[in-house]
Amino acid sequence: MSSHTLPAPGDTHGHDDHGHHDPNLQHHFVEMAQQFDTAKLGMWLFLATEILMFGGLFVGFGLQQAKFPEAFKAAHHHLDRSMGALNTVVLLISSFTMVLAVWAAQTGKRKVLITNLALTLVCAGTFLVVKFFEYSHKIHEGLLPGKFFHYAHGQPNEYIFFSFYFMMTGLHGSHVILGMGAITWLLIRAIKGDFGPGYYTPVDLVGLFWHLVDLIWIYLFPLLYLIG
Amino acid sequence: MSWLTTVDHKRIGLMYLWSVLTAFLLGGLFALALRLELLTPKEDFMTAETYNKVFTLHGAVMVFLFIIPAIPAALGNFVLPLMLGAKDVAFPRLNLASYYVYMTGAIMALTAILTGGIDTGWTFYTPYSTTTGGAVTLMTFSVFVLGFSSIFTGINFVATVHKLRAPGMGWFDLPLFVWGTYATAIIQVLATPVLAITLLLLAFERMFQIGIFDAKLGGDPVLFQHFFWFYSHPAVYIMILPGMAIISEIIPTFSKKHIFGYRAIAFSSVAIALISFIVWGHHMFTSGQSQLAAVIFSFLTFLVAIPSGIKVFNWVATMYRGSIALDTPMLYAISFLLLFTIGGLTGIFLGALSVDIHLHDTYFIVAHFHYVMMGGTVIAFLAGVHYWWPKMFGRMYNETWARIGCLLVFIGFNVTFLNQFAMGAKGMPRRYYSYLDQFQGNHIGSTVGSWILALGLFIAAGVLMASLRKKYDAPDNPWGSKTMEWETQSPPITHNFPNNPVMLHGPYDYNEPVVRREA
Ligand code: HEM
Ligand SMILES: [Cu+2]
Repeated sequence: MSSHTLPAPGDTHGHDDHGHHDPNLQHHFVEMAQQFDTAKLGMWLFLATEILMFGGLFVGFGLQQAKFPEAFKAAHHHLDRSMGALNTVVLLISSFTMVLAVWAAQTGKRKVLITNLALTLVCAGTFLVVKFFEYSHKIHEGLLPGKFFHYAHGQPNEYIFFSFYFMMTGLHGSHVILGMGAITWLLIRAIKGDFGPGYYTPVDLVGLFWHLVDLIWIYLFPLLYLIG
Repeated sequence: MSWLTTVDHKRIGLMYLWSVLTAFLLGGLFALALRLELLTPKEDFMTAETYNKVFTLHGAVMVFLFIIPAIPAALGNFVLPLMLGAKDVAFPRLNLASYYVYMTGAIMALTAILTGGIDTGWTFYTPYSTTTGGAVTLMTFSVFVLGFSSIFTGINFVATVHKLRAPGMGWFDLPLFVWGTYATAIIQVLATPVLAITLLLLAFERMFQIGIFDAKLGGDPVLFQHFFWFYSHPAVYIMILPGMAIISEIIPTFSKKHIFGYRAIAFSSVAIALISFIVWGHHMFTSGQSQLAAVIFSFLTFLVAIPSGIKVFNWVATMYRGSIALDTPMLYAISFLLLFTIGGLTGIFLGALSVDIHLHDTYFIVAHFHYVMMGGTVIAFLAGVHYWWPKMFGRMYNETWARIGCLLVFIGFNVTFLNQFAMGAKGMPRRYYSYLDQFQGNHIGSTVGSWILALGLFIAAGVLMASLRKKYDAPDNPWGSKTMEWETQSPPITHNFPNNPVMLHGPYDYNEPVVRREA
C-alpha cells in the first residue's frame, strides 16, 4: 500500500524529537504515516466490497443476455446513446477534477482544492439531471418494471432487460448521491481549512471512492447502451 | 451511558457478546419448541404453518444473529488487538458503527418475527420466497443490514492485522487465532456483498416484481440459489474458521507444548478461505445443474477436506506427549475435535454425487450441519468463552460445575444429532412437522437429547453468571498461556497495556522457561 508517490503525511511533519503531537493522530496509532496507510487499506477493502456487489448484477445481466440475446438487443434501442455518452464524459471530467482536488490538498493549495471539489459536485449534479430526464422518458414510455410496465410491443423478454437497467443504474445513481454527500462534507472542511500537506486523508479516500463510482459507469455504459 | 458511545474494542466486544448470547437463547428456545413438536408423529401444538415459521426463525436467528458475529465480533473484538499488542482495532468508530448496524438489523428481524413471521427457511429460496406472505421483505432487509455489520468487522480486522502489529511481530509470530480471524475477515469482505445484492434483488422482486428471479418474466429462480450459495458456502467458513482459530490457541496452552505445524495451520486457514469460494454448487446437485458442473463441484468440494484434515492432524499431534490439563476450555476443545471430525467426514459423503441424491433434503443434512455448526463452531465458541472469561471479566468460575456443563453438552449433543444421522439415512425428510410412525424412535431420542443439551447449556450459563457476583480474583495469566493478551491485567486497563508492548517470544514457546518482562 505504499504506491503513492508523494510522501505520506506526517513523514516529514509532526514527528520530531520534541514529542510534538499532530491533533489528527488517533491514540492507537504511533505516527501519521501508519494512520494514513491504514485508512487507505480500509478504503480499498471497502471498494472491493462495492465491486463484488455490482459484480453480482453484472453476472446476472450476462447470464440473461446470453439467454435472450435478441430481446436484449431490441430492448437496448430504447436507451438514448447520446445521453449516456454525455454522462460518461461528465463523469470522466469529474474524476479529473477530483484528482486535481487531491493534488491541491496534498500541496496545500486551499483555493484550488475548494474550486475543484465544487466542480466535481457540479459534474455529479449534471449527471443526475441527465439521468433524471432519461428515467422520466423511460417511465413515460411505460418501461419501468412492475405495475408501471405497459409496453406491449417488442420482444417477450425485453422486460428483464429493463429490470437490470433500472437496478444497475439505480444502484449506481445512489452511489453518485452518496458521493455528493461526501464531497459536500469535504468542501465544508476544506473551507474551514482542515486539509494541508500534513493531513489530507479524507480527500484522498473520497477521491478513491469517486473514481470507483466513475469506473462502474464506464462499464455500465457499453454494457447497457452499446449492445451488438 | 459511556458504554453506548464507547469506541473501546473491549467494550464493543462485550456488548456483542451479550447480544449474541441473547440471540442464542432465542434461537435455542425455538429449537426446543421444534423438538417438542416432533416428539410424536402427529400434530401436537404447532400447525404445519407455525412449524414452518418456527424452523425458519430458528435457522435465521442462529445463523445471522448468533453464529456469524459470535466469534469474530464478540471474542475477536476483545482479544484480537490484545494479541497484537495494539491499543485498539484500526477503525474504532467503524467498530462501534458495526455494533449499531447489528442492533438495527436485529430489531428489524424481531419486528419481522412479531409482524407476520417468515416461513421460507433461512435460505429464502425463490420462487416460494417471492410469493409467500408474511414479513419476508422486512426480514430480507434485516439480513441485508446485518451483512453490513459483518463487512465492517471484516474490514476492521484485515486492516488491524496488517497495520497494528506490535514492533517485532512478523506474520509468522502471529497467534493462530489471528490467522484464523484474518482468513475469516477476508471471506466476510469478499462474500457478504454478493449476499447483499441478492437480498436487495429479492426484496425488489417482492415489492416491484422486477422479475429477475421469476421465470414468467424472463428471470431465473435458480440464479437465486447460485447467488445465495456463492455467499452462504463461504459463510459456513465464516462460522467455522474462527472456531478452529480458538482451538489452535487452547490445545497448545493446555498441552503445554509448541503447536505442531504452525505454518500448515496458518496456510490451511487461507486455503480454506480461498477454496470456499468455488464449491457452492454442491448445494445444488439436485437443482438441475449440468452433470459436468456437478462433477466439478463435487471434486472441488473434496478439496476442502484437505486443509480441514491438516488442521485436525496438527491439533492431535500437538497433544501427543504433551502434559495435558483437562480444564474446561480443553474439555470443550477435545469435544470439538471429535464432533467436527464427524461433521467434516459426513460432508464428504454429501459431496459425493450419487450419495447426495439419496441424502439431500433429509435429516442427514440437518445432522451434518449441526455437527459442524453446533458441534464445531458453538463448542469452540464455548471453549473460547471459558478460556477468555477470566481475562474479559476478571473472575474465575467454578471449574467442577463448568466441566459438568461441558460433559452434558457433549452427551446431549450426540444423543440429539446421532439420531438424526440415522433417521436421515433411512429417509426422514427435513422441514416437516409430522412424520411416519417408523421414525418415532429416533425422534424421541433426538428430543430427549435436546433436553440434556439444554440442561448442559443452562448449567454452563449459570456457572459463568455466578462468577460475576464475586470480586475480581483472576490472575493475569491463569492458564499459563504465551500469547500477549495474558500479559496485561484481567480485565485489561483501558489502553490495554501500560507500555507499548514489544514481541520477545513466540506465541507458543512453551519449551522455554517463562520470563516475565516489563517493556
Ligand atoms: C469438510 C468440510 C465440508 C464438506 C465437504 C461439506 C459438504 C456439504 C455438502 C455437500 C452439503 C450439501 C448437501 C445437500 O444439500 O444435499 C452441505 C450442506 C451444509 N453444510 Fe457442509 N460441508 C463441510 C463443512 C461445513 C461446515 C464447516 C459448515 C458450517 C459451519 C457446514 C454447513 C452446512 C450447512 C448449513 C449445510 C446445509 C444448508 C441447507 O441446505 O440449509 N458445512 N455440506
Ligand atoms: Cu457448502
